[in-house]
Amino acid sequence: MIMNNVGRPTAPVATDAVVAASTFTGNQGLAIEEPLLFEVGRLDVTGVDIEDVDAFEPRLGGLARTAPIDLPGLTEPETMRHYVRLSRQNYAIDLGLYPLGSCTMKHNPRLNEAMARLPGFGDVHPLQPLSTVSGAVELVAELGRWLLELTGMASVAMSPKAGAHGEMCGMAAIKAAIVDRGETRDVVLVPESAHGTNPATAAQLGFRVVSVPARADGTVDPEEVRKRLGPEVAAIMLTNPNTCGLFERDIVEIAEAVHAAGAYFYADGANFNAIVGKVRPGDLGVDAMHINLHKTFSTPHGGGGPGAGPVVLSDRLAPYAPVPFVRFDGEGAAEFVETRKAAGERGLKPFGRITAFHGQMGMFVRALAYMMSHGADGLRQASEDAVLAANYVKARLQDLMTVAFPERPAMHEVLFDDRFLEGTGVTTLDFAKAMIDEGYHPMTMYFPLVVHGAMLIEPTESESKASLDQFVDTLRHLADKARSGDVDAFKAAPRLAPRRRVDETLAARQPKLVHQG
Amino acid sequence: MRYLPLSDVDRSNMLAAIGVASVDDLFADLPKAKRLAALPKLPPHAGEQAVARRLGTMAAKNTAAGSVPFFVGAGAYRHHVPATVDHLIQRSEFLTSYTPYQPEIAQGTLQVLFEFQTQVARLTGMDVANASMYDGSTALAEAVLMAHRITKRDRAVLSGGVHPHYRGVVETVTRFPGHVVESLPPDLLGTEDILAAIDDTTSCVVVQSPSFYGHLYDLKPIAEKAHAMGALLIAVFTEVVSLGAIEPPGSQGADIVVGEGQSLGNPLSFGGPYVGLFATRQKYVRQMPGRLCGETVDADGKRSFVLTLSTREQHIRREKATSNICTNAGLCALAFSIHLTLLGGAGLTKLARANHANAVRLADELAGISGVELLNRAFFNEFTLRLPKGAAAVIETLAEKGVLAGVPASRLEPNRPELSNVLVVAATEVNTDEDRAAFASALREALA
Repeated sequence: MIMNNVGRPTAPVATDAVVAASTFTGNQGLAIEEPLLFEVGRLDVTGVDIEDVDAFEPRLGGLARTAPIDLPGLTEPETMRHYVRLSRQNYAIDLGLYPLGSCTMKHNPRLNEAMARLPGFGDVHPLQPLSTVSGAVELVAELGRWLLELTGMASVAMSPKAGAHGEMCGMAAIKAAIVDRGETRDVVLVPESAHGTNPATAAQLGFRVVSVPARADGTVDPEEVRKRLGPEVAAIMLTNPNTCGLFERDIVEIAEAVHAAGAYFYADGANFNAIVGKVRPGDLGVDAMHINLHKTFSTPHGGGGPGAGPVVLSDRLAPYAPVPFVRFDGEGAAEFVETRKAAGERGLKPFGRITAFHGQMGMFVRALAYMMSHGADGLRQASEDAVLAANYVKARLQDLMTVAFPERPAMHEVLFDDRFLEGTGVTTLDFAKAMIDEGYHPMTMYFPLVVHGAMLIEPTESESKASLDQFVDTLRHLADKARSGDVDAFKAAPRLAPRRRVDETLAARQPKLVHQG
Repeated sequence: MRYLPLSDVDRSNMLAAIGVASVDDLFADLPKAKRLAALPKLPPHAGEQAVARRLGTMAAKNTAAGSVPFFVGAGAYRHHVPATVDHLIQRSEFLTSYTPYQPEIAQGTLQVLFEFQTQVARLTGMDVANASMYDGSTALAEAVLMAHRITKRDRAVLSGGVHPHYRGVVETVTRFPGHVVESLPPDLLGTEDILAAIDDTTSCVVVQSPSFYGHLYDLKPIAEKAHAMGALLIAVFTEVVSLGAIEPPGSQGADIVVGEGQSLGNPLSFGGPYVGLFATRQKYVRQMPGRLCGETVDADGKRSFVLTLSTREQHIRREKATSNICTNAGLCALAFSIHLTLLGGAGLTKLARANHANAVRLADELAGISGVELLNRAFFNEFTLRLPKGAAAVIETLAEKGVLAGVPASRLEPNRPELSNVLVVAATEVNTDEDRAAFASALREALA
């Protein structure tokens, strides 16, 4: 079996083919195979009726396209079938529990979709005269106010397009502040359990990354941080709750040590959903934190984006926020600051610009609709229910599966390792793939890297107790089955999905990234 | 609360199963002194009607582009999006799925990405494309960093025709690792001599065509000079529909092509979310940022798709990754792909022609107004006017008359007084004869 560098198999082992009912079409009832667009489309077909234009003299300066565009088209009914058939090969939150740890697959309310499509939000241009978009600016400001209140921070940069983009924004503000102080600090401390984006972001900004080990209970030891602090350290990047699903209980002590050493505290807000309304990062000593609106505030994941990652900043970092941003005066009135010139006139020192225009407005509308719907009470309840659900799953599985860090309460997610599979011949990957046949999306696997064969389960607050019970019963059944020696069933899984295990090694060895022909 | 299925009885039973007395026991690791009892400054939960009323009031304060004669472009464009697109992207299986890390139950998203990559590569005339970036501006910044990795040089040359926001993003992103960006002054007339700025220390040359000011550039001589000096040519566009009418950058010698794909499938939405397009030559694939979907087979030998070449990416490589990016613009890429599937090459050609025709007519109508000067000889659906007075004030006057007339260059280039009379105007297929007439008449009055 071919493994990648974290022990994850990347190519399927040979197993007996599943005997399915043989059909003429290859389809299986409602499971319909769909060819590529390039195999069914025709070059002379279009599904959009566009009126002919009267003759005119083109003014393309000799650069008119000479060759026809090699893109097939489909009529509207064919288009509908193509994409509806493809959609049915996907798992989705709306189909079932989606326990991807650290990804927060909660319900996506449809009111939010409707609000984002109001012409006053969806059909306004980012560069219309500001006099014609006062309601759009008001919405951005209102979302900003909620974020500041929920985080206890001083200021917010709204433009980052996703979580990792927010990390870049926050860390760039830190870099700008350090340069402004006339210092050259270039080391960033990152715990071993961090998301890969943290070290990647730090490196992209020219920082050197120094790793901080976790102690036996899965959290960061303030002593290990202190040992690494010094005049060259710019910041620590800490996720809290961390990727093991544990709250870093020494966070205040860590923040104080970091500040005493002249460094900044960047918090990765990926797991903010566990603590909304329970504690405020600003009160814990955080200087910058991105907020994944697509996790905590339910904007849809859309098969991999778009995200949105506004960054809240402490007083010390607020002057360096990139343009554009919304600024609040003493009375809370909002002002939209769009250019470095305008920021400079207000005594601010923005580090630059990280995207065209103003950020993910469509996501802002959805996130604000989510917040207003939940309100102060509902947001707290959502955090509590998410934590309750994860601890319930932990409690009901801990006798059969091995909890990686059993001594601390889990937060919104619970981390298992693969000790319970020792000697069975079944790997974490096999276990996950067997879940697919039972109708579940697998949990996050092989992350975080700090435990062997990690399985990170985040049920979210969107599940009923009946749904959680069925999920737990299924995992118990699979754990029993693995221990009973039924290895082949696991190795052959999934048998019932649109595809069986795919050959990742082949895909990487001979990359075929576009269709030829 | 309508989104939370657990009842109080469920909660009690679950706490009992866990073996704790209250939910607060589960939050025991939070520092006691810092815990919140409530969020007193925020309102309580609200029903759908109340939320819709409140947000509806905010939305109603904005002038929707579709409600007036509308000519604003400068990097985001209003086009007609077929109703099919928005219906399909709201399918639960597309809208509420995650990144396709489990290919056996994500072939829908994966095949869409593979088709998207193929569409983008063919449209730009390049070998390969990735599964999309956040937007055009961030795609450009990543392209410049990629060029630096490939050439092992760190001095980029940016044409003065590149969108000012895009230039700002490149300058910001490259400043931290200490790279040098030489930005040429705004190329108002489309006549800059970029060849003179390229030498054997240049990592890449960045040219936007159609440019921010609407000019079309012949990329071939620029590619030749760049290649002779060991540099790469990065071609940028903000209006993807232009590729239906003009020679694609790939056949003009570009090494990396990036652009904004919003025009196809995606609403204006006040600036985001949009979809960045990123294409390159086969030989540079392993230096590309972002997600890639590749073709493979499953255990039964059936054609399948899977995310691939992830050894470039942050979750494997951590601080050695090609980029910190861990998302694409999935749903926006889907919208783009569906719209382009409906159009096909034939429809895109026709759509581009309709855009160009409207822009040519509008340009002639406006240039006929006393004191108004058209600064473009060649353009696609966007052009630049020099007005006899400040453009910022003129567009406010026109907005009061119910015409959204374009973007004053001074809004994006506030430090350049020489641009204060410059107006960038876009026309697309949505504009009618009446829209153009309303614009011309309002401008005539405003300048009288």
